[in-house]
Amino acid sequence: MLKQIEGSIAVAEAIALCRPEVVCAYPITPQTHIVEGVGALVKSGALENCEFINVESEFAALSVAIGASAAGARTYTATASQGILFMAEAVYNAAGLGLPIVMTIGNRAIGAPINIWNDHTDAMSVKDAGWIQLFAETNQEAVDLHIQAFRLAEELSSPVMVCMDGFILTHAYERIDVPTQEEIDAFLPPYDPVQVLDPVEPYSIGAMVGPEAFTEVRYLAHEKQLQALRLIPEIGAVFKDVFDRESGGLIHPYRTEGAETIAVALGSVNGTIKEVVDAMRDEGAAVGSISICSFRPFPLDELEATLAGAKHVVVIEKSLAPGLGGILASNVRMALREMAVPVYTVIAGLGGRPITMASLRGILEAAAKGRLPDVQFLDLDHGAVEREILRARGIRRSGPTAENILKSLGAAAVAGDE
Amino acid sequence: MTEETALQRVKFYQTGTHTVGNRLIDKGARSVQSSMDRSNAITSGHRACQGCGEALGARYALDAAMRAAEGQLVAVNATGCLEVFTTPYPETSWQIPWLHSLFGNAPAVATGVAAAMRRKGRSEVKVVAQGGDGGTTDIGFGCLSGMFERNDDVLYLCYDNEGYMNTGVQRSSATPPTARTATTPALGDAPGNVFGTGKNLPLIAMAHNIPYVATASVAYLHDLEDKVTKAMHIPGARYIHIMVPCPLGWGTASDATIHIARMAVESGLFPLFEAEHGEVTRSNKIRRRVPVKDYLAPQRRFAHLFKKGQEDTTRIARLQRMADANIERFNLLGERESP
Repeated sequence: MLKQIEGSIAVAEAIALCRPEVVCAYPITPQTHIVEGVGALVKSGALENCEFINVESEFAALSVAIGASAAGARTYTATASQGILFMAEAVYNAAGLGLPIVMTIGNRAIGAPINIWNDHTDAMSVKDAGWIQLFAETNQEAVDLHIQAFRLAEELSSPVMVCMDGFILTHAYERIDVPTQEEIDAFLPPYDPVQVLDPVEPYSIGAMVGPEAFTEVRYLAHEKQLQALRLIPEIGAVFKDVFDRESGGLIHPYRTEGAETIAVALGSVNGTIKEVVDAMRDEGAAVGSISICSFRPFPLDELEATLAGAKHVVVIEKSLAPGLGGILASNVRMALREMAVPVYTVIAGLGGRPITMASLRGILEAAAKGRLPDVQFLDLDHGAVEREILRARGIRRSGPTAENILKSLGAAAVAGDE
Repeated sequence: MTEETALQRVKFYQTGTHTVGNRLIDKGARSVQSSMDRSNAITSGHRACQGCGEALGARYALDAAMRAAEGQLVAVNATGCLEVFTTPYPETSWQIPWLHSLFGNAPAVATGVAAAMRRKGRSEVKVVAQGGDGGTTDIGFGCLSGMFERNDDVLYLCYDNEGYMNTGVQRSSATPPTARTATTPALGDAPGNVFGTGKNLPLIAMAHNIPYVATASVAYLHDLEDKVTKAMHIPGARYIHIMVPCPLGWGTASDATIHIARMAVESGLFPLFEAEHGEVTRSNKIRRRVPVKDYLAPQRRFAHLFKKGQEDTTRIARLQRMADANIERFNLLGERESP
């Protein structure tokens, strides 16, 4: 049913239609509206047979989810930013135990400096924890990916993280087709666990494993991700049959036929990138883009095939590996290891910095001319950075960097007014 | 004359041990452990040290819980000695559904198991969570307090051996003053763990007003079983704090575990009591009071208090005062009417 609705509330409604049996909630911006929405549906009785548990931390939220999932319940939670770091130990544990928990990340920067706005540092911090990580491009896709996530998680017995950009998606009101209960029931079978705590058939889950078998257990975790590479498109196809729209899959190429310069990105920024691609195509530029939906498992073969004809690959990413550059770009380079094509890293949108069409166009045009550095920070205020480097160079006790950058920006603004 | 009445006519008391042989008491009063139909929740063959108090305490507690739950029990375990010595194949000891997740989250995991059981229509399945003192009083404290505060339907068992024994005997917030550990060495002006630190988890549990809190000891196994059985029949959050001496960490003989545990209780340092909804309802009276010094002296972790010719009378007296305060607070000599 079409609704003009906030992204978080649409996701909450979709989660409820998936009939979760245990939902754990701990507040952190910007995912709060999602668990609040699910909580209201439980409290009103609209979502029956569901335990909604208010816990004392994100670590507890995922830990409760671990217990519930191991006891055979369909389990959901959501978090963001510092929350995922606080639960990091349980993030690895849920994957190691192979528990099909679905968790939303309302993507947000990680401090210090504390910052509540969008980037992908939180998801990247646990990219190798063994979870499947799906990135939504739109709120419609966020809704659809959650529905697919339960099926994927339960078929593989692996946890799935659905990443949706904080504020840009979570707090945006737009037209969304929220499925009906009948549609979801037709798509999502009841959860049939591969392992469950049951006195009828007692066994130990979470036993210690030494060097004699640890590598094999870890290999099987890798193998499970490789299975997901096959399953994700299959589930996307079944989804299309039931819901009559494309959602999910591994990657979404956009106007890549004959494109010499191709932008690659995760999440909602792909909407802006597509607008830029359209504008530049209208002017005859050979540009295209790829939105990566499945970041883990990483679709190496699909990217290699789609980027085969490209002369310049521009990875636009909302995260930073300090001391290296790009995380997504490093992964894309792995896909292109057989090809002599430059892969540029553009660090963009950190801590909610807007990514404008003008800036993206500048990047793509520079890339087409081979004039991009390996690593570029989009719209970096070089003046502010240089002033701070100079200021701090002369004083041992130079004080906190963040505060001094803000002071410097304030002073520059005042000077500009005068 | 029936066999039953023949048993009743025997008037024999095993002096010095406070233990009445199970054969000598009414069937109904015999221990769960003495019964042929005990569940053997933790079987033999595990890798615990000789004389391990935790292995003994867990075995008695879980078999009692299994009987009370009529076999419908799931156990959640924090990381620690109990988890390590019971799980590596082929020494796996658990005969009941058992889940280990992390060091600091056993109470939250147990909450999740209980919630799932309710939603799956399996409310008859009861949930026990268990951990050592480190997993309970330190790293798992946040999750434990959350589980208490929500009054989740979980019985939490803390096996307290007063330190991080699994990692090589480091200090926890349950380590007593003056005890030597790897991180509180017996050096300097204030050897061992310092006075004025640590937390009393049973009292903190009581402050959550949960339905049931108790302390127990492996020296009083009938009492331990009784408390577990009672707790298993109460809905909501329940907490039992069980003293389990550690021969390795305490520096005691492996055949002295019960004796040491008994002296902890008889000295007043480890009071046995029950509390309901935040109020102490009963305390176990000390039958033969012993000086704290007698409890401390056989333990190498307190050896620095008993150096030849320079016994640390000041610190021993201070520990005695702690025991005396417990005796007064919990009425352990029965001088008042209640509790």
